[in-house]
Amino acid sequence: MSRWVGAPLVQLSLAKTRELIREPEAIFWVFIFPVLLALSLGIAFRASGPEELPIGVEQATGADWIVATLGEAPALRAELMTPETAREKLRTGAVALVVRPGTPWTYWYDPTRPDSRLARLAVDDALQRAAGRTDPHAVATEELTEKGSRYIDFLIPGLLGMNLMGTGMWGIGFSIVNARQKRLLKGKVATPMRRSHYLLSQMAGRMIFLLLEVGVLVGFAVWVFDVPVRGAWLTLAALCLGGALTFAGLGLLVAARPQTIEGVSGLMNFVMLPMWICSGTFFSTARFPDFMQPAIQALPLTAVNDALRGVMVEGASVIQLWDELAIAGFWAVACFAAAMWLFRWS
Amino acid sequence: MNAIAIRGRGLVKRFDDVIAVDGLDLEVRSGECFGLLGPNGAGKTTTVEMLEGLQSPTAGEIEILGRRWDRQATRLRQRLGIQLQQSEFQDKLTVLETVRLFRSFYERGWSAEQAIQTVSLQEKARAYVRKLSGGQKQRLSLACALVGEPEILFLDEPTTGLDPQSRLRIWDVVAAFRQRGGTVLLTTHYMEEAERLCDRVAIIDRGKVIALGSPAELIGSLRADHVVELELESPLAPETLAVLDEVLAVGEENGTLRLTVRHPHRAVPLLLGELERRGAKLTRLATHHATLEDVFVELTGRHLRDS
Repeated sequence: MSRWVGAPLVQLSLAKTRELIREPEAIFWVFIFPVLLALSLGIAFRASGPEELPIGVEQATGADWIVATLGEAPALRAELMTPETAREKLRTGAVALVVRPGTPWTYWYDPTRPDSRLARLAVDDALQRAAGRTDPHAVATEELTEKGSRYIDFLIPGLLGMNLMGTGMWGIGFSIVNARQKRLLKGKVATPMRRSHYLLSQMAGRMIFLLLEVGVLVGFAVWVFDVPVRGAWLTLAALCLGGALTFAGLGLLVAARPQTIEGVSGLMNFVMLPMWICSGTFFSTARFPDFMQPAIQALPLTAVNDALRGVMVEGASVIQLWDELAIAGFWAVACFAAAMWLFRWS
Repeated sequence: MNAIAIRGRGLVKRFDDVIAVDGLDLEVRSGECFGLLGPNGAGKTTTVEMLEGLQSPTAGEIEILGRRWDRQATRLRQRLGIQLQQSEFQDKLTVLETVRLFRSFYERGWSAEQAIQTVSLQEKARAYVRKLSGGQKQRLSLACALVGEPEILFLDEPTTGLDPQSRLRIWDVVAAFRQRGGTVLLTTHYMEEAERLCDRVAIIDRGKVIALGSPAELIGSLRADHVVELELESPLAPETLAVLDEVLAVGEENGTLRLTVRHPHRAVPLLLGELERRGAKLTRLATHHATLEDVFVELTGRHLRDS
């Protein structure tokens, strides 16, 4: 036993894990922050029945009839208000549309807002029918509320990927630059420690943390939001491991040269910002134009997010995720090798 | 027994336009304690870090235990214990965890517990590093340097900034290491430390060795055992006192006259008589045994601490 525990890689990884676990701030950012983010976004975009659209009606003759009529329509909530209030509320988004009574009725709305356009159709429909319009054809409707197609189902794998990236990069980048600044690295280089062991331990120390961090977020999502995990749990675990390695490698590379915390922070943000925006964490990558797609698909976070979504939402197997895994694996290996080469030890 | 443990020949280190080490030679024999004594900025740390293989010299050759740094560096490191100047360790590891970590880098050596005991840190074994005092941290770094049972111990200013008691404890650990036959290379700007610990001392100034020998030999080179320091109300030309018998040399620094004398009990009465005759009023008089500090002052005209 003692031989195994005494191995330098084990001791270095233990030191790394202890460093992370004994930092209260790390616990917050790694465990609590993603859960809070998931919770608030999950609530904000919850799919608990159609939302009511708020409609403002300006005070004038005939306004009472309009308010009453709209009040009876499903998914609309009408309120009587002065023209000044109406203008203010429309401008700030507190109402989706304002009806100005008179002949003709005036619909005052913002065509760039989806809820406003929707209100325009719904209000007109309700008022015209109440005024006596008959539809030439009968219509029946059916509603889809399938698990896996909600926003939260899209969001959770993205948050998981983003968290793997954030903790991987900050957790490794900060501590390495700190160690360099405080001459901790130099003290180790003066011993027979193998340099590759040190870099590997930075990645390995992350893995122990990873298990907890992924467990908390996925457990929370399944328990509170009933988010599905359709693929194999083992595949999900392997993917998280691979994703964490990728970002640990990227973290090593970013931290390879900087000598100050300010320097590494700037570099981290520079590297992560494009991925926060483009890699499909909060909305689909399909929103970006075609000419950007090759670059976006090559980003490590895009690969990790797509693979996580594939497993959780679509139940994909490792073989189906081959492309994403290859991209993530390439980043991991390339970053580690480059970091090893560029690393500044003193 | 008198094999050479550390050899540096013609060492030069140039940083941009500053020459930190300027053609330095030194040899440390196996089993001896060798000191590099000099003021801050003399090039001690640069020299020792070149010898430790942490900086590469601009020119010159280095041999440690008969090996060179460009080959088999890792093998060589197995046999060395290195304490850097102001070593830092991870704040939130305990003392025991830290020494275990360092122990894992060495193929052979003591147990972590044993190393901690050697530097008398047992009571702090489970304390976080950041809770340690300066002296305790320094002992921890000694434990880390010793845990691989090195043949050579490098210490860069091991007691700078420590209180006298902590300093004594560190000296004890170094003495015990030497008793087991270890070789020590240390840098210091404390002459007491060099006198107390070192068999031989190289006095370094501006990147060069300006004197080399045992502390006794170096002090003996002053040809006098004692130094008398005088301060006067009004200045007096040093030469006026140099003519006295018993006074071997006179120097002046910041208004203080420093006279080297062989027999203070004979020199002081003579001196007082002469001052009275000249009507010079004395504001301070002190005598002390000559030290390495006096050797440095004699050689450079400056003090170790404020130069």
